[in-house]
Amino acid sequence: MEVARHWRLKKQRYTMTGEICPHCEAKIFPPRDVCPSCGEDARDVYQFSGQGEVYSFTTVYDAPAGFEDGAPYTLALIKLDEGPMVTAQLTDLDSRGIEIGMPVEMVTRKLRSDGERGMLVYGYKFRPLLAAAA
Amino acid sequence: MTPSSRTPNTSDIVIAGLGMTPVGEHWNLALRELALEAITAALNDAAGLRPNVLYVANMLSPILSGQSQLGALLADFAGFRGIEAVTVEAAGASGGAALRQAELAIASGSADLVLVVGVEKMTDRVSSDVEAALSTASDADYEAVHGATRTAQAAMLMQRYLHEYQIPADALSGFGLLAHAHAVANPLAMFRKAISPEAYARAPMLSEPVSIYDAAPNADGAAAILLARRGSIPERLDRPTVGIVGSAVATAPPALHDQDDPLTLASAARAAATAFQRAGLTTADVDFFELHDVFSVFAALALEASGFAGRGEGWRLALDGQGSRESQLPILTFGGSKARGDTGGATGVYQVAEAALQLQGRAGEAQVAGAKIGMTQCVGGSGGTCATHLLAILEAA
Repeated sequence: MEVARHWRLKKQRYTMTGEICPHCEAKIFPPRDVCPSCGEDARDVYQFSGQGEVYSFTTVYDAPAGFEDGAPYTLALIKLDEGPMVTAQLTDLDSRGIEIGMPVEMVTRKLRSDGERGMLVYGYKFRPLLAAAA
Repeated sequence: MTPSSRTPNTSDIVIAGLGMTPVGEHWNLALRELALEAITAALNDAAGLRPNVLYVANMLSPILSGQSQLGALLADFAGFRGIEAVTVEAAGASGGAALRQAELAIASGSADLVLVVGVEKMTDRVSSDVEAALSTASDADYEAVHGATRTAQAAMLMQRYLHEYQIPADALSGFGLLAHAHAVANPLAMFRKAISPEAYARAPMLSEPVSIYDAAPNADGAAAILLARRGSIPERLDRPTVGIVGSAVATAPPALHDQDDPLTLASAARAAATAFQRAGLTTADVDFFELHDVFSVFAALALEASGFAGRGEGWRLALDGQGSRESQLPILTFGGSKARGDTGGATGVYQVAEAALQLQGRAGEAQVAGAKIGMTQCVGGSGGTCATHLLAILEAA
């Protein structure tokens, strides 16, 4: 079930809350408390915008256990506007093709399920940036 | 192949014996039986020497076989009850990492004869279970939870590689073609059949742009190497003495998205540079290179990271006859993971065993003529760990 494991990541999964390094100002996601750029202590909370662009992408057909229901799905590396990169699924894709460099924004969706009696895990996916919001 | 120009630094660590099982779907063998087959072969090859210490290289046994503590299990099962024995795990780099630990044990003076066995059993389980198990090499909280698989991560790397360097979709085809062509000469390989460029072009996609000919098949297999302190073994082995002249393990963030530049295999760059420095060698001295080719894009990245090709140029080293056994830099001389079969944590041990056979002149139809210095490199996950080895002939037979 791993309830605690998913619960303690809720700020990252639901709101993309990360950190900023008070020493070198690197923006950090996921939070890790030690700055990956300068190695100093970095615990100041930083709110990411949830906007970025596609660095690369692919389609998963042969899904791992727990993800079979959603297959096939599109997986991407997203370069966030603030600098860090994240791995996430792309969603709400219409007939437009996906391209490297395409602007995207974070939305909250179901990530995985663990059977009828298991947990539903929610978190961030990314969709093409809506024209009105652009 | 150009003859090596430089003499490597000397080494106290030599290969006393080696053994490998065929790679494939061993439904008739348990993990321990597979390991025993390789161990028995290695000890026979070493004229009956027995180890003081055992290191087991394995990635997936706790997940796929429900079995941990392989050190104790295999020490007992192989008849070495009581000896020091532990598992070394670094995903796909486990084999090279275990060998490195064995070398350090000998170098420290605490052991003279150290056995390393790499063993992996993947085919007992359905593919969704194996994919989930393999994805534990990534970041469980930030990659696997999003449905990222090892294949999908390689596909994203390959997509970016093709995009960034503006090269044709089949630019990486050379690695799969070479691996399959070379495996014809390897009696232990899973696929001993050459494939054509036409077959590559028609291959079904696993995760675009990765097709079945860009990805190594999951397999079962075991390989064992008995390492010895030079001078501690009787001089009754009628073959050249091959030693480990340089080795290194290095790391990078296991999460692909945490790497500063995902197209730079940073762990491989660091491990290769350190191994070269320890051996007193450079890329120009290497007569053949057993590199990480679980996905074709990694082969290109490994060549670039290790200094054999410039950034964005690694793919060229598998085209137009390059990479063949007669070329300047032969690669994947026994078929690599692509055609030998991917044995996960055992791969690094297979690579070093194959390199030793080349240098001992025992490679049969896979022989690279006149090889004196060989290099091997295995990688865990999307580049989190890399183990690099340089081997050389220390003494002629």
